[in-house]
Amino acid sequence: MSWLGNAVAAGARGLAGATVRWLDCRPETRQRVYFANHTSHLDFVVLWSALPRALRAQTRPVAANDYWHSGLRRRLAVGVFHAILVDRSASGDRETQLQSARRSLDLLVDALERKESLIIFPEGTRGRGEEIAPFKSGLYYLWLKRPDVQFVPVYLANLNRVLPKGEVLPVPFISRVAFGPPLQPGDNETKESFLREARNALCALQHA
Amino acid sequence: MRFAVDRPMLWLVEGVVGGLIAASLVGFFLSLRVKSDSGKATIQNLNARIRAWWIMIGVFSIAMLVGPVGSLALFGFISFLALREYVSLIPTVPADHRTLFWSFFVFTPLQYWILAMHWYGVASIMIPVYAFLFVPVRLVLSGETAGFLDRAARIHWGLMVCVYCISYAPALLILEIPGYRQQSAKLLLFLVIVVQFSDVFQYIWGKLLGKRRIAPLISPNKTWEGFLGGVASASLLGMGLWWMTPFSPLQALGMSLVITLLGFAGGLIMSAIKRDRGVKDFGSIIEGHGGILDRVDSICFSAPVFFHLTRFFYITHGKTT
Repeated sequence: MSWLGNAVAAGARGLAGATVRWLDCRPETRQRVYFANHTSHLDFVVLWSALPRALRAQTRPVAANDYWHSGLRRRLAVGVFHAILVDRSASGDRETQLQSARRSLDLLVDALERKESLIIFPEGTRGRGEEIAPFKSGLYYLWLKRPDVQFVPVYLANLNRVLPKGEVLPVPFISRVAFGPPLQPGDNETKESFLREARNALCALQHA
Repeated sequence: MRFAVDRPMLWLVEGVVGGLIAASLVGFFLSLRVKSDSGKATIQNLNARIRAWWIMIGVFSIAMLVGPVGSLALFGFISFLALREYVSLIPTVPADHRTLFWSFFVFTPLQYWILAMHWYGVASIMIPVYAFLFVPVRLVLSGETAGFLDRAARIHWGLMVCVYCISYAPALLILEIPGYRQQSAKLLLFLVIVVQFSDVFQYIWGKLLGKRRIAPLISPNKTWEGFLGGVASASLLGMGLWWMTPFSPLQALGMSLVITLLGFAGGLIMSAIKRDRGVKDFGSIIEGHGGILDRVDSICFSAPVFFHLTRFFYITHGKTT
C-alpha cells in the first residue's frame, strides 16, 4: 500500500493545498487517537497525509461501514489506508444498537492493543462546516479503556469547500490542518465532561 | 517557435543574475552586521525574499527558454494558484461549487489554450463576454437565491483579475509588432522587470526613508517616500531598457510610468481585499513574499493596459503583417 497510499495522499494534499500546523503538539511516534471535525470525504485522507510518513504507517482511520463497505471505496479505504470500518448506530431495538456499538468499540480497542494510532471523527457524520456537532460517546469509552493513549484534537478547515456533501468533483480551495495540544483529562471525568472538553479543544483550534 | 536569444537578451539575463548575486551578498553581510532583534527579523525576511527571487527567476527563465508554450503554461499555472488563493479567502457557499469548478478547470485552461492558438480576438472576449454570462447562468441553475449578485460578482472578479488580467502578460508574446518580430519575449521581460523592480524599489525606499503613510487604513507599510522613490527608480530603469523594446527612450519612460502606477494601484486594491477579510497575505507559498497573488497583484493591473497601449500605438491598424 505504501507507494499507492503516499501517492493518493500527495494528490489529495496537493488538491486541497493543505497547510499543516502543529500547535503545542509535536509529530511523535507515540500512540495517539487523533479526533477531528468531519465535513468531507476527503477528511481522513488529508489528515492522514498531513502526518509525517513514519507516523502514517501506524495510524489507521476509522470510517463508516455503510459508506465505505463495498467496491472501489472499500478497496481505497481498507486496501490503501488500512481503515477500520465500523457500524454507525444501526437500526433495530436498543439491544442490537448497543451490541453493534460494543463491537465497534472492541475493534478500536484491538487496534490500540496492536500499538496502532487512530483517526476518528466523533461527530459521527459529516457536518456542513460551520459548527461542530456534539460528540458521540465512543471517544469517551475509548479513553476509559486506554487512558494512557494521547487524544489529539485536529481541526480541518475548508475541506467542506473542496468537496461538499453531495458533490463528486472537487474545487481546489486551500485547506488547513491544525493539530492541537493533547487532552489532559482529570481523574474523575464524567462522560459529559470528557466529551465537552474534547469538543472545546477542537473548537479552540477553529480560530487558532 | 522559439525566441531568438540575441545579444540584448543576454545582457539582460547577465544584469538580472548580477543584481541578484549583489543582493544576496548584501543580504549576507547585513545578516552578519545587524544585531538588534527587530533588525534581524527584517534581514531574515529580506534574505527569504532574495532566495525566493532566485527560484522565481529560475522558473521564469526555464519557461522563457521553452518558448511561448512554456510561458503560457507558467502563467496559466500562476492564474490557477492565484484564483485558488482568491476564492479561499472570499466567502462562497456550497451552491457556488460547480460554477467554481468551471472557473478552475474550464475557463482558466481555456483562456491560455486560446492564447496558445494565437486567437487574439477570442482571448480578449472569452472571459468578459462568455464567462461573464456563463457564471450567473450556472449559478441560477443551482437554485440558491440568497446573496445571488454578491456571489456572481465575486466569481466574476476572481476570473477577471486572476485569469483574464494575468493572461495579458504572456499575451504580449503573440503581439506581432512590425520590425520587432520574434522578439516579443523581450516585451514580457520588460513588463515583468519594471513591475517587479518597482515593488523592490518601493520596498527599499520605504525601508530607507519611509515616514509619511500613503494609505494607513489599507496598507500601513506603504509610504509616500517608498511610492515616489519606487515609481521614479523603476521608471528610470524602464527608460534605461528602451533598447530591448520597440519604444524610444522617452516612450519607454512613459510606458514604465504607466506600468508602475498601475502596479501600485493593483497592490493597494489587493491589500484592501486582504484587509477586509482580516489577513495579511493571500497565502504562504513563496517564503517571505506571502502568496502568489501577493507577488503578481501588480501584474494583474498593469499587464492589460501595457498590452493595449502597445497594441494601439505600435501595431499598424488595417494592415496585417
